[in-house]
Amino acid sequence: MADKIVLEIARYSPESDHEPHFESYEVPVKREWVVLDALNHIKDNVDGSLTYRWSCRMGICGSCGMMVNGEPKLTCATFLSSYARNGNKIRVEPLRYFPVIRDLVTEIGGFMQKLKKAQPWLMRASNDQLSEGTYLQTPEQLDRYKQFSMCINCTLCYAACPVVGLDPVFIGPAALALAQRYNMDSRDQGAAERTATLAHPEGVWGCTFVGECTRVCPKHVDPAGAIQQYKIAAVIDWLKSFVTPRGRDAGSQAGND
Amino acid sequence: MSAQCNWQNVLTYSSAKALVGKAADSPYGRNLSATTVHQIPFAFQFRGEENVRVWRSCDALVAGRSPGVSVEASSHDVLLIGGGAAGLRAAIAAAEVNPKLNIAVVSKVYPMRSHTVSAEGGAAGVAKPDDSLDEHAYDTVSGGDWLSDQDAVEAFVAEAPQELAQLERWGCPWNREPDGHIAVRAFGGMRKMRTWFAADKTGFHMLHTLFQTTLKYQPISRYDEWFVTKLLVDDGVVRGVVAIELMSGRIQAILAKAVILCTGGCGRVFPFTTNANIKSGDGMALAFRAGAPLKDMEFVQYHPTGLPFTGILITEAARAEGGYMLNKDGYRYLQDYNLGKPEPKPVLRCMELGPRDRLSQAFVHEHYKGRTTETPYGPVVHLDLRHLGEKLINAKLPFVRELCQKYQNIDPVRELIPVRPVVHYMMGGVSTDIHGATPLHGLYAAGEVACVSLNGANRLGSNSLPECLVFGNRAGKAAAEFASQQEIGNGAVLAQAADEENRLKSEFLNKTGGHERIATIRTEMQTTVEQSAGIYREESLLREGLHKIMELQERYQDINLDDRSHTFNTELESALELGFMLDVAQSMVASAMHRTESRGAHQRTDFPMRNDEKFLAHSLLYRNFDGSARVEYSPVTIKRWPPGERVYGQQAQHPDAQAVQRVS
Amino acid sequence: MPVARQATIKSPPQYTEFHPRWYRPKVSVYWWLGERHYLKFILRELSSVFVAVFVVETLMLINALRSGPEAYAQFLQSMQNPPVIVLNVISLFFVVFHTITWFNLAPSATPVRMGGKRLPDAMIAGPAYLAWIVISVFICWLVLR
Repeated sequence: MADKIVLEIARYSPESDHEPHFESYEVPVKREWVVLDALNHIKDNVDGSLTYRWSCRMGICGSCGMMVNGEPKLTCATFLSSYARNGNKIRVEPLRYFPVIRDLVTEIGGFMQKLKKAQPWLMRASNDQLSEGTYLQTPEQLDRYKQFSMCINCTLCYAACPVVGLDPVFIGPAALALAQRYNMDSRDQGAAERTATLAHPEGVWGCTFVGECTRVCPKHVDPAGAIQQYKIAAVIDWLKSFVTPRGRDAGSQAGND
Repeated sequence: MSAQCNWQNVLTYSSAKALVGKAADSPYGRNLSATTVHQIPFAFQFRGEENVRVWRSCDALVAGRSPGVSVEASSHDVLLIGGGAAGLRAAIAAAEVNPKLNIAVVSKVYPMRSHTVSAEGGAAGVAKPDDSLDEHAYDTVSGGDWLSDQDAVEAFVAEAPQELAQLERWGCPWNREPDGHIAVRAFGGMRKMRTWFAADKTGFHMLHTLFQTTLKYQPISRYDEWFVTKLLVDDGVVRGVVAIELMSGRIQAILAKAVILCTGGCGRVFPFTTNANIKSGDGMALAFRAGAPLKDMEFVQYHPTGLPFTGILITEAARAEGGYMLNKDGYRYLQDYNLGKPEPKPVLRCMELGPRDRLSQAFVHEHYKGRTTETPYGPVVHLDLRHLGEKLINAKLPFVRELCQKYQNIDPVRELIPVRPVVHYMMGGVSTDIHGATPLHGLYAAGEVACVSLNGANRLGSNSLPECLVFGNRAGKAAAEFASQQEIGNGAVLAQAADEENRLKSEFLNKTGGHERIATIRTEMQTTVEQSAGIYREESLLREGLHKIMELQERYQDINLDDRSHTFNTELESALELGFMLDVAQSMVASAMHRTESRGAHQRTDFPMRNDEKFLAHSLLYRNFDGSARVEYSPVTIKRWPPGERVYGQQAQHPDAQAVQRVS
Repeated sequence: MPVARQATIKSPPQYTEFHPRWYRPKVSVYWWLGERHYLKFILRELSSVFVAVFVVETLMLINALRSGPEAYAQFLQSMQNPPVIVLNVISLFFVVFHTITWFNLAPSATPVRMGGKRLPDAMIAGPAYLAWIVISVFICWLVLR
């Protein structure tokens, strides 16, 4: 394994640049180093103006998502050694399909608004009190939605999804997976309300099942699966609305009616 | 053209463009470009909704004013600094006390990046019929080596189960027993099983549940990625903060009738820590500089099982499920340290389920005896999970397995995990009462940044997540009530804010001739603090350490920034964080020097015994006007549990210890 | 030693203080050519065109059968044209591709739970493949005997 590797990093400062350009830095390769360690090495010792987000360095906060050799990755979980082995360079760019504020920092305010549109909170039909204790939920009921609750909001799926790139109004994989997480939670009764906003072309129906989001997800949330399941549930709901006397059945997805 | 630009009227690209077109005739407007025209409507779409700042920008453009001439200010009733579990819980509490209050959360990162997210093990709350509040309280008080204020502990143990249940009602996916009730597990230092958990990502689920719940409260707005640099104090009352909007570099005062600090701890003062990069003790330094005392800063918790290079946490739950700690001879060495006899299954309060300070101290002794394994990253011992089996590890400890495989190239199902003590938690912090109020009017604190004191000299695992909830709730309520009786700050405060802006510009952004790099000073500080205020401390090392830190503070004045731009200047952010960390490091070492006894996590080799006559008291560190610090002591509130011996490991004699039953 | 920063500015950038211009890269019309996975996705979607080709041919076949023996013979004649054979071979490839990708993706859209756990994807895709092969073999036998 080589003991040095070259990183080509996209740099952009709106105060002096019209558009991003690349700068190369050579960093030592250590067995335990991840791309984030290399970026920190550059910022601490070579060029303090290199700008990027990071926090937990253990793959749980979701701050450090970047494009590494054209693939969306968490840089705190991408080891230098896997690139050094092939004698490759590492190209680091900000996440695709987001506006770039500076260097490797993207603007995710739009993503935050999209999360909110999914109404990701537990909705109950009536205003029940805490004094009644906790809701009961069996391990099996927990298992139904658990996978979709693992999302760390790293937005790698948005960088992978071509629909997000082509249609900025599309709500996107993470927000829809989060909505489906609540729909499938046995304690939730708000599926109908969420579906009213999300069963639209900018919601669930914008997805064409490319499947890239699931492939790049570092937490194996499978947002593509969540969205297809949501589509089927939305269609069933729509068909039911013709047949049942009261129209849409609240909470029909989790079966707690 | 009216100076009012209510963003709610500007919803479409074309209307925004028209507005900017009109502004183009103003003297300022001539600087506008087509790209700014592109930016404004997107800014409205994506950042505009709760954030006052964007429409104020438009306001400036339309009125022909150049921004940055005077310090702009926005105001709120309750301002939270920090968006972790404590901050978000306090925001919800304030919103529920009075829905008419205008509540804002300022955070230097987006809330879901807060360090709460990496907590793994669990949250303790009395849940089972065989458990009682008094037992939880006793475990906490004895675990804290009797330095915990017992009124705070009583309030905490009573409210913790309610808070955890409330979180469940908000959607938190707690693990369950087959009949649907909440499952609990054992944890270090607890004599009964009372730790609620969500797989081994409890903090992650709690934080995301809280964050998603705050989205439905209209009164709560957020300043995402704004860095607070100073608390504004007028006439002994905190009136707001000065903050930098990282995205644009604008420096602005945010006025508030009450401010709640929820900024977390300061693990990054040490070289090996489980803490994220953002834990730089910002809130502690802000409060200290504003005149609030820091309490019990000498008590730093070392978590016994962290990975050697990265410092990543291997949760205590691994030991609670039955992991063994082995030295280089494969021997369960904890049996030599008054922690009981080794049993095949985990026994509460014995061996690997002893309190964290004792386990970390045992490591140091093993190292001196030469029984630890040397690695390129220092001495380690091993955590053995092999006997638990793949099925249990995948069910109860999946994240631990993932972390070991990824960062240590080890599969815990088949191999031993190298671990060492790493800094994990600050028991000390900004001094508060049991309602979260600091001695400074208008300033509240909750979570790790605060010291109530709940955790005393050593925190028990799974007590800090419910602490954030309980005291976040209390501080939110107290701050909301205080705010309803306050007026917003006036011109004196804005003048202070303008001074702060000038200071930031002259000392960092526009300064020439500096020679020091941030990273150099930071590394030296970390090494100094580890050597002088590590697991074991001693007078001469502490004195040397304090001296060195003060020298580093001098050198800090000579810092040079490579990055002079306004836009997302993380180097400026690092420099400011380093300033905060130096203040916190100084307070830690100074407090440690003055406490000449050994208690809990503060162990002095020159004063190895606990001294209840002199030191059954909290150390309070105040900043003097000349920048030096003075230490005062205030007595601990003792109610029902007089100081006794901390006894662990006597499972044969102790009637309360019991073997853990595995919950499937 | 850091590489010297390149000066790429030709004219002063339009920066307004405290209003940084976010860089918005344009997504090219040929976004799907840049990456293997995107290309595979577009081909998968395009395969529906070739499925339609087979459907049309089947409808033409039925129509020819309805119209009598000469129409049927003429249909068979037209099917033996080299360009039509090439089209059919390409279509067969795409229809097989379409089927395989469909069977592989279907389990994530329709999870089946039994005994409190989700069945592995292979157990849902497996029977589909089996049924496909069995039916195809049966039809081939019917036609070729």
